[in-house]
Amino acid sequence: MADSGWLSEIPQLSRGELRDIRKFLDTGYREFSREYGEMIEGFFDPLLSFLVWFEKLLLATPWWLIIAIVAGLAYLSSRSWKLSLGVVISFFLIGYFGMWDDTMRTMSIILVCTLMAIVLGVPIGIAMARSDRVQMAVTPMLDIMQTMPAFVYLIPVVMLLGIGKIPGVIAVVIYAIPPVIRLTNLGIRLVDKDVLEAATAYGASSVQRLMGVQLPLAMPTIMAGINQTIMMALSMVVIASMIGVKGLGQPVLKSITNQYFTLGLLNGLAIVALAIIFDRVSQAYAKRSQRYLEGMDNG
Amino acid sequence: MVEAKIDTTEPVTLIKIEGLYKLFGNNPKKFMPLVHAGKSKDEILAETGHTLGLKDINLTINKGEIFVIMGLSGSGKSTLIRHFNRLIDPTEGVIEVEGTDVMKLPQKELEQFRRHKMSMVFQRFGLLPHKSVVDNVAYGLAIQGVSKTERGAKAKEWLETVGLAGYEDQYPAQLSGGQQQRVGLARALCTDAEILLMDEAFSALDPLIRSEMQDQLIELQQKLHKTIIFITHDLDEALRIGDRIAILKDGEMVQQGEPEDILLHPADDYVEAFVRDVNRARALTVETVMKDPVNRITADTIGEALKQMKGFKGDYGYYVNEDGYQGVLTEQKLQAVYDTDKKAKLTSAHCEELEAISQDAVLETVIPDTLNAQYSLPVIDDQGEVTGQLSRSTLAEVLGNESKEVARTEPPAPAGG
Repeated sequence: MADSGWLSEIPQLSRGELRDIRKFLDTGYREFSREYGEMIEGFFDPLLSFLVWFEKLLLATPWWLIIAIVAGLAYLSSRSWKLSLGVVISFFLIGYFGMWDDTMRTMSIILVCTLMAIVLGVPIGIAMARSDRVQMAVTPMLDIMQTMPAFVYLIPVVMLLGIGKIPGVIAVVIYAIPPVIRLTNLGIRLVDKDVLEAATAYGASSVQRLMGVQLPLAMPTIMAGINQTIMMALSMVVIASMIGVKGLGQPVLKSITNQYFTLGLLNGLAIVALAIIFDRVSQAYAKRSQRYLEGMDNG
Repeated sequence: MVEAKIDTTEPVTLIKIEGLYKLFGNNPKKFMPLVHAGKSKDEILAETGHTLGLKDINLTINKGEIFVIMGLSGSGKSTLIRHFNRLIDPTEGVIEVEGTDVMKLPQKELEQFRRHKMSMVFQRFGLLPHKSVVDNVAYGLAIQGVSKTERGAKAKEWLETVGLAGYEDQYPAQLSGGQQQRVGLARALCTDAEILLMDEAFSALDPLIRSEMQDQLIELQQKLHKTIIFITHDLDEALRIGDRIAILKDGEMVQQGEPEDILLHPADDYVEAFVRDVNRARALTVETVMKDPVNRITADTIGEALKQMKGFKGDYGYYVNEDGYQGVLTEQKLQAVYDTDKKAKLTSAHCEELEAISQDAVLETVIPDTLNAQYSLPVIDDQGEVTGQLSRSTLAEVLGNESKEVARTEPPAPAGG
């Protein structure tokens, strides 16, 4: 460290010191991953087998059945023929342009990631809503997760678990989970205090309040969070493909390195089509499940 | 402070509150000595940043009565009612319901207590917007774990009772304010809880609906005999439905008593200012203002009757025999009969007809009769016994009192927000 001139020059660690710190942390982490890598991998094994099984299932199902199922789900959740027809047409086009298998792979990983984000995110959001302390602790972590470039947290994950589906899922979940956590927290905190007080006055336990009042009333907000989570998961597809996640991201990555404009565009459009379908279906479902809101205006 | 006198036979104390204090803030226990030292709400707020919500509240509520707690906004009435079921915990004090110290109940038992002992109606209804009307009414039972068919049937019955049959499958947002509060009332009644807490239940409704709801509540109460604790800022409402009334000001109990006590003997300027705007003719019954029945004649013969009449002021008297009140006797007429037959028996045939008024009648309804009558009107009870008399001057005094007091009293200090 320079002992004079610190006014003009910011005090700085010497290169040697900096290198020592890096070396210390890197070796430490490397040793940690050597020591525990397999154990952690073993921990994720069930998830991996589920991912593989689900992907195989989607790939093995005849194309017309997949289209029928997705269109059927779209209709069930939205009661809109237009949306279902859109689903049929876009899936057919995706298959027609030779992207069927990649789309199935992407769909499988996105569905699993979204599911995980919901399963982890909603309880965290609930915990945040119930305690200001938890909220204070979790909020900065969410900020980091949302702003830290995905590549940075890919490094330790890849060091620990290598390349493949699991690190891909972890990266996608880290990136996509903040909205569902934030909006679950917000939704519960915004629940009308009068209604909650009424539930308490009638002797509702805290579980009864949560399941019967807070979650149902927060549902529109939580659904908005889930919707955002799906969109963000889809946008991670290309980055995930860099660590070996198969799907629509890989052709895009190939197009970037080889400057295949059309290939990139087609696969990009397929991702957009998936995103729009997921978005419309989940929003339509959210809206339909909140029918009681319809009468609000004439009250 | 005027002690409440209870004239029903042997009232059973259901709820007892003793020495209740509530100090809002981060560390209320620490500053309680200041409160006990008698510092005012404003001083405590300035010194400690803590708000004194309630100060030394003592009250007993009897089984089957409607107990009204009234005060302006900021007087602590909503805070007080939330202590009964511990939606708010006191800083100090005892809350006993049927001899159980509510403060000592652990969480699970407190939930059971809230489920079975008390139900509550809220100013802003507090209905569950995502549940249908019938599910809202059944909510208390659902919390208790009653089966869906059973609670549905019960909820339907109560909806019918409050006049909302046919609205079962609507959502609260589709109903008007009055209808929503009926749902709130049905929900409260559906659990069969003995105690009903009503927190400004009718304050958010427009005047016509409000008085309709008041009538309905009184009517229901005559059938159900619940113990109702009713919060309001409206003295007319308090006088109309309350068996007893407690008045709060800045977290302190100013006066407690029956409606007539409050109206006729306000404890201080604050209460008096409230009372001033009340339409006394509508709020008071004849019984509360009548004078003792001095002009009462129970004689057998006309001679005795004349003698009795000499004993009191005026040249008339109410003839009362074993069958109760018969009519009015005038000195002039009796004298005429006496002059012809000195031994004549007194019978109801000697009476002039004069309609008696019931002691339970509201003053307003007897004003025309009283003003038109030549004499003070006799007041009778259910058995026809003369229990008092009401003269034009008494009426004028009671009703005219208002203007005199307006001139005399200062307006009350506005209650803190």
